[in-house]
Amino acid sequence: MTITDRPINNGVNVAALLGAREALSAAPEAAQFTWRASCTWRTGTHSHSTVDSFTGLGAEQQHRTTYEYDIDHPECFASEDKGATPVEVVLVGLAGCLTAGVAAVAQFRGIQLRSVTATIEGQMNILGILGADPDIRNGFEVITVRFAIDADASREDIQALIAQSQKRSAVFDLVANPTKILVELA
Amino acid sequence: MMQTTAVVVGAGHAGLAMSRRLTDRSIDHIVLERGEVANSWRTQRWPSLRLLTPNWQTRLPGHDYAGDDPDGFMPAAGVAATLASYARLVGAPVRTRTTVHTVRTAPKGFEIRAGDDLLRARAVILATGACTRSAIPAVAAGIPPSITTLTPLAYRDPGQLPDGGVLVVGASATGVQLAAEIHASGRPVTLAAGEHVRLPRTYRGRDIFWWLAATGLLAERYDQIDDLTRARHLPSPQLTGTPEAVTTDLNTLTAQGIRIVGRLGRIISGVAQFSGGLANACALADLKMNRFLNRADQWAVTHGLGDQIPPPHRFPPTRVDPRAPLELDLASGEVSTVLWATGFRPDHSWLDIPVRDRTGRIRHDGGIVTGAPGLYVLGLPVLRTRASTYIHGAAADTEALAAHLHSFLNVR
Repeated sequence: MTITDRPINNGVNVAALLGAREALSAAPEAAQFTWRASCTWRTGTHSHSTVDSFTGLGAEQQHRTTYEYDIDHPECFASEDKGATPVEVVLVGLAGCLTAGVAAVAQFRGIQLRSVTATIEGQMNILGILGADPDIRNGFEVITVRFAIDADASREDIQALIAQSQKRSAVFDLVANPTKILVELA
Repeated sequence: MMQTTAVVVGAGHAGLAMSRRLTDRSIDHIVLERGEVANSWRTQRWPSLRLLTPNWQTRLPGHDYAGDDPDGFMPAAGVAATLASYARLVGAPVRTRTTVHTVRTAPKGFEIRAGDDLLRARAVILATGACTRSAIPAVAAGIPPSITTLTPLAYRDPGQLPDGGVLVVGASATGVQLAAEIHASGRPVTLAAGEHVRLPRTYRGRDIFWWLAATGLLAERYDQIDDLTRARHLPSPQLTGTPEAVTTDLNTLTAQGIRIVGRLGRIISGVAQFSGGLANACALADLKMNRFLNRADQWAVTHGLGDQIPPPHRFPPTRVDPRAPLELDLASGEVSTVLWATGFRPDHSWLDIPVRDRTGRIRHDGGIVTGAPGLYVLGLPVLRTRASTYIHGAAADTEALAAHLHSFLNVR
């Protein structure tokens, strides 16, 4: 690790995160969050989703603005390609979560990052979703993430960053592990 | 009603060591034991189990290992015999076959209902151990009724299991030992491995516990550990005590033909689903092991040991089979037994004093129970140091708690 006069700054407020961990351990009900999105069908495979609020810290919380997402399928699926596919959005979520984790863990461990790029791929045999082969699952067979990281640290320390980021990642957990999903008609 | 100054609950290594410390200070006490001395070593440990720590380290206050195999690992029966002779050596006032039913606060101390008696004491030391109950995850409810399930507390040997495959859930010390033993009996084993601690049995010609002690890791105090919650919940290292001092990591088990899968996540319609995060669990364990080996190498350099022992080296990374299944149909007949090597919990259910946190654990400051003056707890992982998890840690822990208890009695 290089020692410099400049303090490490990855733009992560570690003190706030550690403070939250302590405060929420003492008040566990405030740690219960509900994340939500709302999705409206447009036409064909095109839908439009918005994200604007969530519940946490014992209160209703608002994002700074409403975030919008168009979801569709590509033209080779006879769709109009008005947005990313749902599975690509999952990849976006996983890559975003792991990358945020890398930054937070690096800040906590005093490692200055210069650049972080994640390339993420999900392998899928679409005979599964087409219902053409009952032995093929719908979802990804495997997901690969390749991180290119430039930082003031040894290769081993950087490997430890991405390992710890996976360990603390919500999306890694919910993709890697079974999650109970309740779908009902309103 | 009987009156004594202190009551120690449990005549295992911690309770007996505490008895010795109290005797040293002429503090009148009795030790209550539900069975015989070292009861859990006699009745709740499988016969092939050996201590993870070498014999030279298996020491108690006033007692050092004096046998002819200091580098060996004591079998469960040997631990029971050692504790029985230690109880005689220190003249511990043990009342055997006396189950404690309740401990509650009373004017000037505590009231203990044990056996057919009611006792009063000014201090109570809980020394019933960390491994009294098996922790079984909630997913167990989904196991099909055709499957035999077993905990390590009830396990004796593979002959007790039906023929057929065995799913061992959990890859800490217990899980890896039992996976190897059961697989060797001809029952094909699948081992579900979540987060685990990988350590080699020996490194550079020394036992790993020699390194853990020499580098000062075992001496790290509870109030100096960054993340105490994590330290106290760390799974036991993947170690076995065998006469041959072999390493039992996941690579060894894979080479034996054991199938390693990810953490058991859920069982749905009889199908067990495993985490896809196995590779990262293994990567974390490899990184953590290498960090400790770096620390060991550095220690060897600073202490001039570098030339006297074999040179540093690193162990191959854990090989993860990319074809490791994510699902296993428990109703298919492939598996006939599920063994829960998913950890143990203390059992203080008889303690009728509000000293628990929201997760049901006793709140304590290095064994001094919070909010109940005169109440102490021993024998829990990382109670006062990382050594507290092991038998030899009781020496320093009991010394500290006995000193605290002594001044507590004098102040009152």
